[in-house]
Amino acid sequence: MEEIKYIIESLLLVAEEPLQIDRINNILTGAEKKEIQNALAELSKEYEARKGGFFLREVAGGYQIRTRPEYREWIKRLIQPKTLRLSRAALETLAIIAYKQPIIRSDIEHIRGVNCGGILRMLLERKLIRVLGRKEIPGRPLIYATTKQFLEVFDLKNLKDLPTPEEIETMGEAS
Amino acid sequence: MTPDEDYRVRLEDIFEGPMDLLVHLIKKHEVDIYDIPIALITKQYLEYLEWMKAMNIDVAGDFLVMASTLAHIKSRMLIPAHENENDDEDPRLELVRPLEEYLRMKSAAERLSERDLLGEDTFVRNPSQEDYLLNPEDAVISVGLFELIDAFQKILENITPGGRIEINADTITVRDRIVQIVDIFEARGSVTFNELFSKNADKSEVIVTFLAILEMVRLALVQIVQHTRSGIIRLFYL
Repeated sequence: MEEIKYIIESLLLVAEEPLQIDRINNILTGAEKKEIQNALAELSKEYEARKGGFFLREVAGGYQIRTRPEYREWIKRLIQPKTLRLSRAALETLAIIAYKQPIIRSDIEHIRGVNCGGILRMLLERKLIRVLGRKEIPGRPLIYATTKQFLEVFDLKNLKDLPTPEEIETMGEAS
Repeated sequence: MTPDEDYRVRLEDIFEGPMDLLVHLIKKHEVDIYDIPIALITKQYLEYLEWMKAMNIDVAGDFLVMASTLAHIKSRMLIPAHENENDDEDPRLELVRPLEEYLRMKSAAERLSERDLLGEDTFVRNPSQEDYLLNPEDAVISVGLFELIDAFQKILENITPGGRIEINADTITVRDRIVQIVDIFEARGSVTFNELFSKNADKSEVIVTFLAILEMVRLALVQIVQHTRSGIIRLFYL
């Protein structure tokens, strides 16, 4: 058990993207999925107990070691990441796609009440959304959905992990 | 506009779309979205459109569609209920349903932005090479238009204590100034932003210089970078 845990830890350290249990399973021939899950849970517990600079996150269907948000300012002194900063309009468009996918542009624009062409292009460029295909209705509009990158960036396990929008009554204070 | 009036566009009051404006008005008046005082909101909505027009902001067609929807609802509210018994649905529902949906998505966007964002709040072990600048002391970043405008404003403040600019017929053209700047580059290769503005320059000269720099950037004659630590903006001749 101990050994599996540290093998997985070494894989996590090297992996370039969130590591899926299936992938770990293929590497660790002979290990039960349950064992892998337990090992991951234990690693996570160890990191929590240690409260060090990083923790284990379950994102985009896999597991990834990430730095704790408390240290973001220090990291930004070391590296200058391409800023993700999305405008409010872009975030709203992205949220609509995330919650309503698959969705066509006219439906997005119907909710927001404004043209979204430029924002869609930018979200596509940043690989936060993708085109799923065309809807077989007049005009054959493109169908949009979010990507794995979206889950990774927003720290989501999967689409079911999306936060539930607040009820309207409490909306007054938000934004 | 009298000279004493400030010409200032208040960005926070510009709305991206009609729904945005509607939400703003509803919040401002703290009204229940299920019981919208339609006459008040319609009136205020139209006032904003006027204000936006006065500020030379393009009022897109979307805003006008919403204005007509509001006016339509308002007129339907005036018809006594018993005259259309078959259709006793509150006409405001036409507005409430999309509003609910919009607010729900706004809240969802808010929630999303509060998460630990990758590349913003949390980081993975292997940042791509281009993100990683080994020696931050020497790091430079390419300057955006806003940094350039900030720098320009600082120079203007130095020469115009009141911060006000008078524009006279120019004594030197932008094209002439570009030629002069190119001469400086030919001699030195690079120059700091501030060096291009002489201490005793008058306002029109400063403006012409700034326009010349912008034009040179547009023509890809220079590259402008800013030192991350000192904030000094330097121009390189390409």
